[in-house]
Amino acid sequence: MSTQAKEALDHAATPWLFLAAVATVAPHFAHQPAWLSIAVALTFAWGGWLWRQDRRLPGRWLLALLVAGGCAAILAEFHTLFGRDAGVALLVMLMALKLLELKSRRDAIVIAFLGYFLLLTHYFYSQSIFTGLWLLTALWLVTATLMRVHGGPAATARGVLRHAAVLAAQSLPFMLALYLLFPRIPGPLWGLPQDAHAGRTGLSDAMTPGSIADLALSGEIAFRVLFDGALPPPSKRYWRGPVLETFDGRTWRPYPGVTPRPRLTLLSPPIAYQTTLEGHNQRWLLALDAPSALPDDAVLSGTLTANARQPIVNRQRFSFSSVLDYRFNVDEAQPVRQRNLALPGNNPRSVDLARRWRAENPAPQALIDKALDLFAREFFYTLQPPLLGENGIDEFLFTSKRGFCEHFAAAFVVLMRSAGLPARVVTGYQGGEQNPVDGYLVVRQSDAHAWAEVWLAERGWVRVDPTAAVSPSRIETGIANALPAGEPLPALLQIRADWLVTLRYRWEAINNAWNQQVLGFDRERQRNLLARFGLPDADWRDLALILGITTAILLAASLAWALSHRPHRDPAMRLWQKALRRLARKQIHCAPWETPLALAARVNSERPELAAPLTEVVNAYLLARYSAAGNDLKTLRAAIARLP
Amino acid sequence: MPTFPLARRPLAPVLARADEIILGKSTEIRLAVACLLAGGHLLIEDLPGLGKTTLAQTLAHLLGLQFSRIQFTSDLLPADITGVSIFDHERSEFRFLPGPIFSQLLLADEINRATPKAQSALLEAMAEGQVTAEGETRPLPRPFFVIATQNPMHQIGTFPLPESQLDRFLLRLELGYPDQAAERRLLASGGQRQHLDELTPLLDASALPALQREVAAVHAAGPLIDYVLALVEASRQAPAFQHGLSPRAGLGLLAAARAWAWLDGRDMALPDDVQAVLPAVARHRLRSLQGSDHASAEDIAALIRSVAIP
Repeated sequence: MSTQAKEALDHAATPWLFLAAVATVAPHFAHQPAWLSIAVALTFAWGGWLWRQDRRLPGRWLLALLVAGGCAAILAEFHTLFGRDAGVALLVMLMALKLLELKSRRDAIVIAFLGYFLLLTHYFYSQSIFTGLWLLTALWLVTATLMRVHGGPAATARGVLRHAAVLAAQSLPFMLALYLLFPRIPGPLWGLPQDAHAGRTGLSDAMTPGSIADLALSGEIAFRVLFDGALPPPSKRYWRGPVLETFDGRTWRPYPGVTPRPRLTLLSPPIAYQTTLEGHNQRWLLALDAPSALPDDAVLSGTLTANARQPIVNRQRFSFSSVLDYRFNVDEAQPVRQRNLALPGNNPRSVDLARRWRAENPAPQALIDKALDLFAREFFYTLQPPLLGENGIDEFLFTSKRGFCEHFAAAFVVLMRSAGLPARVVTGYQGGEQNPVDGYLVVRQSDAHAWAEVWLAERGWVRVDPTAAVSPSRIETGIANALPAGEPLPALLQIRADWLVTLRYRWEAINNAWNQQVLGFDRERQRNLLARFGLPDADWRDLALILGITTAILLAASLAWALSHRPHRDPAMRLWQKALRRLARKQIHCAPWETPLALAARVNSERPELAAPLTEVVNAYLLARYSAAGNDLKTLRAAIARLP
Repeated sequence: MPTFPLARRPLAPVLARADEIILGKSTEIRLAVACLLAGGHLLIEDLPGLGKTTLAQTLAHLLGLQFSRIQFTSDLLPADITGVSIFDHERSEFRFLPGPIFSQLLLADEINRATPKAQSALLEAMAEGQVTAEGETRPLPRPFFVIATQNPMHQIGTFPLPESQLDRFLLRLELGYPDQAAERRLLASGGQRQHLDELTPLLDASALPALQREVAAVHAAGPLIDYVLALVEASRQAPAFQHGLSPRAGLGLLAAARAWAWLDGRDMALPDDVQAVLPAVARHRLRSLQGSDHASAEDIAALIRSVAIP
């Protein structure tokens, strides 16, 4: 009987296991190698077919071969079995193969627990609302599956689904307590595998023709900004990223050495705002040009770029103040000016042109105007410029005359340097779109931009955006209106229908609220919350203590509830259970539906030596529990004591 | 042999004598007597020639009950059951001639051969214990006990009883084929019906109400009622059935279990009694989800196995 209970996995339980497996594995299909997804899907289909046909499952040797083959394939793909991607791939493969090994109830339980573990791994890849909802549903399904496996065929689908939902609901208070009180550790809690943050998009610290145009095709959000006051006009929304000072003829890079602290004169009142930056694996924080006050854990570089001390790998929030009108390094040091005049040997025609302009009129403003005038008259703004060769700037200026912001910025800086004006490229983002639903300004990767900065005596570094000369609408209304018709754009920005735009705004506002309120609950907010409950300056020890007390109270409360709702157990019943436990030690098991008399009859035929004492117990128990005379527990106790 | 200590087994002689007539069917006989003691009506369903009528006649004889029999046919009218009023010329008034239903034990043979109209005349009398004919309500004799027999429904020319009518029968039995030893004795003795005439009543009909009161007084402890409730509830939740047991079925189950316990000489009902009578109480009231037939014996066994004894 006991072996039966262990082995029995009824045929009708299998679809539940498949459902649980698919629900926990499916989201991984989005990012794992295609061959693995196909192999897993085929395994599911095979297992399902075997089940429908009621065929024998593959033997142990075939399974071992399949596992070895799967491990080899994963090893070939990732060169390891560990780490985020390879580890998850391994788990997914094992989950699929386990479905071919459904022999006993134990196998089914392994699938349920592997499912729970796989649920966790999805958070390595996404923490969005959809992921949360999917995982909640999958959790419900896996729990229901576990209950179905334990309950056997008597458990109905509605019953187990309802019970699983009730269980999940009952765990909510614990979930909330853990969410609110678990110590928040800046950075990952455990050592995440090396590859955990790979593949993020964003600005890089080098610029070649085409690097920003690539970004412009992404509708991903780079950061969101909430201004305390009014929104600055679009033409003033320059979000300053890395400043590129060295040029090797093709690629622009930041100056690698140390630059003295920037000296900023404020000409307008500062405006305050909060930026919520998506993780981009870089240190720059993309403050509005020019930042006047930084958050505590940020530093200002000599080129006025706000940087974090560590690369930003997760979404993080920063508070800034910026001024829109300023003077920056009017007394710029000679070596800095000198290195912003340096040019590689190529692009001779451009250098000649700039020198001719300087011979005509050496006034700096005249030179700038000349260059901008040239761009405005003869150039086109496009995402698909022709490829450029060795003398890229020359080709761009004299032959192709089509380019994206990085072409214009680079050509402008080369012209200015050739004409003797210190100039450099500034990269970052320009513009952004305000979501009317929640008031946040949303800046996307497609808003990535490059512009130029020229140093003028008396005025310091002055921002000049050559793209504005070519395509003023890029600056005023964003990239979608600036590009000629027919050019590729992020799908999101192609939507023009009003109701769809409204829907997108709504959705992004919901997402932002999720990010700000749920995912953004960091150490600072946790501390504020506890301070509001009269616990200022709680460190992780205090938190652990509060968490321990809270969970203890919750546990005690649920225990008290469960105890008070427990069906009252009759003392005779308790004594009977004691007798059954004694019998179980003698390898006699009584099914819950077996009557005491039936048990006595069975024992009489199977184990005659136990029959006499058991009959005494049974008779005493039946009299105590079912007779009108009431409880004669003494006889029952004495009879049980006589059980061997 | 470990069994419960018994005071006496009442009606043991009746059961033993009936066993001699109906060979190899002691459980069925005991269920039939239990049904009578619980004050319910009995439905026997099986193929022709398996001893349905003999069983009814045997019980009537042994218990000293006034017996009558109606052979149900498709042209049977309600008045053939309840009786008619005829004009008495001598006294110049209508006189009621009671029908066969006015007896203590009525055998309604092959009830499903009659039209629903005739069937309902009988079933209403069974439910109410009285007959209303021509504006006058006449009580039926006490005790009043109906044994109806029915052929399996898939036979030609039958009007199957609807569930609402089936619910009025406390128990339903299938006699089934006798085992080989019993059948051999049957053949050797040349049929059992001839012995019916030799039977002498072992009981007086007037004693029966007292026995029925004794049965009703058999103690059903709280845990036992919980068990009946759990079984009824489980039948409503079980996916194997189209619908569950009615509260009337629950009452019937408890009453039958009491009678079963009393026949065993106990003054308290045990879960064993409930399990023993459950198939006879529940099978005709439950409809299997697969097919449109009664619940199978396996379904009931599974139902018992799905409920822990509280």
